[in-house]
Amino acid sequence: MNNFVNGLKEVLIKSATELDDSILSLIVQARDNEAQFDTPQSKGSLVVLNSILDNLQLAKETKIPMCQDTGMFDVFVDIGRDNKSSLKSIEKAILEACSLASNEANYRKSVVEEPVFDRINTKNNLPPIITYNLVDGQDIEVNVLLKGFGSENCCAINMLNPTASKEGVVEAVIDIVKKAGGKPCPPICVGIGLGGTMERAAYLSKRALIRDIDKKNIDIRYQNLEREILTQINNTNIGAAGFGGKTTALFVQIEQEPTHIAGLPLAVSINCWADRKAHFVYKGCLND
Amino acid sequence: MINITLPFDEEKINSLRIFDEVRLSGELYVARDQAHKKMFDLLDNNQELPFDIKNQTIYYMGPSPAPKGYIIGSCGPTTSARMDSFSPRLLDLGLKAMIGKGPRSTDVIESIIKNNGIYLAAFGGCGALYNSKIIEKVPIAFEELGPEALIKLTVNDFPCIVAIDKYGNSVY
Repeated sequence: MNNFVNGLKEVLIKSATELDDSILSLIVQARDNEAQFDTPQSKGSLVVLNSILDNLQLAKETKIPMCQDTGMFDVFVDIGRDNKSSLKSIEKAILEACSLASNEANYRKSVVEEPVFDRINTKNNLPPIITYNLVDGQDIEVNVLLKGFGSENCCAINMLNPTASKEGVVEAVIDIVKKAGGKPCPPICVGIGLGGTMERAAYLSKRALIRDIDKKNIDIRYQNLEREILTQINNTNIGAAGFGGKTTALFVQIEQEPTHIAGLPLAVSINCWADRKAHFVYKGCLND
Repeated sequence: MINITLPFDEEKINSLRIFDEVRLSGELYVARDQAHKKMFDLLDNNQELPFDIKNQTIYYMGPSPAPKGYIIGSCGPTTSARMDSFSPRLLDLGLKAMIGKGPRSTDVIESIIKNNGIYLAAFGGCGALYNSKIIEKVPIAFEELGPEALIKLTVNDFPCIVAIDKYGNSVY
C-alpha cells in the first residue's frame, strides 16, 4: 500500500512543477519558430513563449506550481485483469496519494462540493474524478491529469452526422478551437475522441490527451488526420496567448472506437500548454 | 519595454497601444469570479465597495497557497472572459485597468473606450514567474472565499502586454 501511495504521490507532486521533456521540447520548438517572424503578433507571441520557458525554469527551481490552477485530479486507472488487488485498496491508495500531494505540494484548493448553489470549497482538492478501466495484463497503470479549468471550459462535444466524413470532423474541431481562441492558454494540447457514444467520445478525448506523444495512433489514416488538424489549427493564427502567432497547438492526438450506424460522436478535450500529467505503474498486488 | 507606476494616470493610458510590452510596479487589487459577484451584491444593496475603485487596477487571479518563506504561491492570471459581465459597471465606477488572460467581449471593449480604460494580458500559466514579482500581499475582503478572496498586492516589474488599448484596438 505504501509503495503505491508514495509512488503516485511523488509523480503528482512533480507534475505540478515540471513538464515532460517531450512537451518542453515542443514549446522550445514553437519559440524558435516564432523568433523568425517580425510581425507584432509574432513578437507578442515570442514574449509569451519565452516567459513560459522562464516560468518553467522558476517552477522547477522553487517548487512553486507552474500554474496557480493546479487543477482537478482527473484520474484514469487501468487495472490488469490478472491483477489480484482488492478494488477497495486501489481506491483508498489513489485518494490518499491525491490528498497528500495536494497538501505537500501546496496545490490550490479548487474543488467545490456542488456546482450550482453554495459552491462550498471542499478545502482538500478532493474528490478526484476517477475512471476505472480493465485491460490485459497484471499491472495497475495510473494516469492523472492535473486538469485546469481555463482549458477545460473550452472542451466540447459535437454529435456529427455519420456522413460527416473527414472534412466534417476537421471543420467541427476547428470551430471548437476558434471559439476557445485565446482563452485556454494557447499553445494548446488537443485530444480528440471519435466514435462510441457521447460520454465514450468524451472519455476517448481525455485518453487522447494522456497518450504519450511518442506513441502513434494505431491507424495510419487517423495519424494523417491528426497531422492535418494540427496544421489547420496552427493556420488559425490564434497563436500563443491568443496574440496571433504561428503556434496555436503543440500537438493533436485522436483516439477512435466503433460507433453506431446513425452517428459520429466527436469530443474535443483541450489542455493548456501546461500539460501536466502524472504516470505511475504498480506491479504488485494491493490488499486490505 | 515601458515601465509603469500604478495607479495608472490618464497620460500613460493615452500613450499606450496594443502589443506594447509593459512592466508594472505599485499596488493592484486581485479579484476573480466570486469576489466580483460579492462586489455586485454590495453595489445592488447600495453599500460601498471594500476599496476605493477610482483609477485602480484589478488583476483576475486566484493564487495557490504560499509555501513556507513566500508571500504568495503560484499567481498567474485567470480567464478574463468570465468577468466580462461585471467589468462595464466597474469601469463606470472609475476602474481604470484590468489584467487577465484571453479576449474580452464587445461590451467590455466599448466600456474601455467610453471610460478611457485599458486591458492588459498577463501570461497565462506563468504562476511561478509572477510569484517572483510580488513584494507584498494584504487581505482586503471576502476571506471566506479562500483562493478567491479580494486582496491587494504590491508588485514590482510585473510583465504584461497591452491587449486592448483605450482606443478599442485589440490584439485578439
